[in-house]
Amino acid sequence: MIKTFLSHNNIFSSLGFESETVVEKISKGISGLEKQENSPLLPEQFCASMISSEVVKSEFNKIGDSSQFTKLEQMMILSLKKVIDASKIPLNEKVGLLISTTKGNIDVLEKGSNFPENRVYLSELGKTIQTFFGFKNEAIVLSNACISGILAISVAKRFISEKKYNHVFITSGDLLSKFILSGFNSFQALSAEPCKPYDEKRVGINLGEVAASILVTASAKNLPKEAVAILGDATCNDANHISGPSRTGEGLFRSVKAALKEANLEASQLDYISAHGTATSFNDEMEAIAFSRLEMEHIPLNSLKGFFGHTLGASGLLETIVGMYSLEKNTLFISKGFSDLGVSKNMNIITTNTPKILTTFLKTASGFGGCNTAVIFQKINNKPTINANDY
Amino acid sequence: MIDKFHIKSYCHIKNQTISVNGNALFCDESEDFSTFIKNAYKFLKTDYSKFFKMDNLSKLAFLAADVLLKSENLNEDENDIALIFSNRASSLDTDRKHQAAIENDAEYFPSPAVFVYTLPNICLGEISIKHKLYSENSFFIFDRFNAEHLQLYANSLLRSGKAEKALCGWVDFDENSYSAFLYLVGKEGEIEHKTEEITRLYNIL
Repeated sequence: MIKTFLSHNNIFSSLGFESETVVEKISKGISGLEKQENSPLLPEQFCASMISSEVVKSEFNKIGDSSQFTKLEQMMILSLKKVIDASKIPLNEKVGLLISTTKGNIDVLEKGSNFPENRVYLSELGKTIQTFFGFKNEAIVLSNACISGILAISVAKRFISEKKYNHVFITSGDLLSKFILSGFNSFQALSAEPCKPYDEKRVGINLGEVAASILVTASAKNLPKEAVAILGDATCNDANHISGPSRTGEGLFRSVKAALKEANLEASQLDYISAHGTATSFNDEMEAIAFSRLEMEHIPLNSLKGFFGHTLGASGLLETIVGMYSLEKNTLFISKGFSDLGVSKNMNIITTNTPKILTTFLKTASGFGGCNTAVIFQKINNKPTINANDY
Repeated sequence: MIDKFHIKSYCHIKNQTISVNGNALFCDESEDFSTFIKNAYKFLKTDYSKFFKMDNLSKLAFLAADVLLKSENLNEDENDIALIFSNRASSLDTDRKHQAAIENDAEYFPSPAVFVYTLPNICLGEISIKHKLYSENSFFIFDRFNAEHLQLYANSLLRSGKAEKALCGWVDFDENSYSAFLYLVGKEGEIEHKTEEITRLYNIL
């Protein structure tokens, strides 16, 4: 079995344009969420994490001509460039490119967009990113609702284990658009205040925009200090409902069980859970039930939605990157917005930043279409391991 | 060799025709997709009321999957069949409908029943619910049918034991043009599970 690692990474968000900067802000309890009033994006007040288009443009103009790229493309390219540069990996035929997004350049459908309609096709987004960097391989675009970002890590691992690639670069992102906001608002799922995952006063989600990128690799060379190994992963459907989670948490329960089995670990051996925690009534309750069935109530858990909102196709990857730093810094970060438990089962929600020796963590996500993904990661010893595929 | 997998059956839906293993099963004169798929639903005696709530992409994917899975003697409680689907237009057909509902402030009326289908993987959820598939699912986007990608990904899931079988293929709906090609891979079957064979079957009709 080929070992796969999560290596160099980047978070491009309202909290900063480098993973280190973003994690520093999280450790200080600073959220990127802001209340938005009189926004052209939604007729009513909402709360979201946003990156100003002007700021993105001025960053992008340092590396290219921003007029040729949509805002999402600029964000993804800025984020991915830092990862490619840090990795020093030449982009040859054994290097893959994976793009995770739910809606891509959906804003191109708006009247008055500066871009032709064909830019809304996700394969065009893939081609744009592939061409910018000169990848030899065609981009693989994954669009699987809110699990896309974490499922992308599984997909990369699987392509490496099939020996198709030695390295896979993933970039993920979604925009805060009129399209997305109006849709979630029609579900009455939005909270006008900063969200409160797992809290008894939670009323709904906040949305956010982020680009997050990472290198998934079979090589133990040149790994950064926050690198982790992927021990096990699984995706399971609830087979229950397309827009609501299973009342029994069936798909999440099964995906965690299967990931543990592959990792050859017991639930009790996990040090930390980075959960989905959207702060909707049904999602958080479903997670509480699934983790209770898994006998994981005691494991420290957070949702990072209180820092970024729900960043859709980027969220799973974004939150995994924060988890990698949590392990590296041996610190459990608070689940921002939580104060009193509002689910029917016990959960060990992190309420203060806590120093603790951390070795292993579980990342989970659930999404529309009834999909759930669980992936287990482990800190790497400083001694690099010898890998058969290492060259 | 344990790693040898085979294609057991396959289905095409295009040009107003549903074919299984290359043989036409249902053909209809209707140029319009919604009439065609409704007639197909009746002909196939599908009897599943949720079908009428689905968007075009889900109807297309659902019927193509149903044609293959109903002859599989599936378990009533649960089945382990990974879904590995792909297309070009993602959920654009429904995306355009949602966009039209929010385009003008004067006629601003987004609907949750439409919005939920603005994700391509919703059709995987619909199929999973009908056939009790608590299994792996992933939806990929390419500008054309990509047999190599599907073959590798299915092989990875089957070899690692993450799935017993895999239902793979292409389901695309864009501006009233549609095409579906799904095939079932597992230990049984006559056709070798390799890229050339998948491409051959895709092009057979």
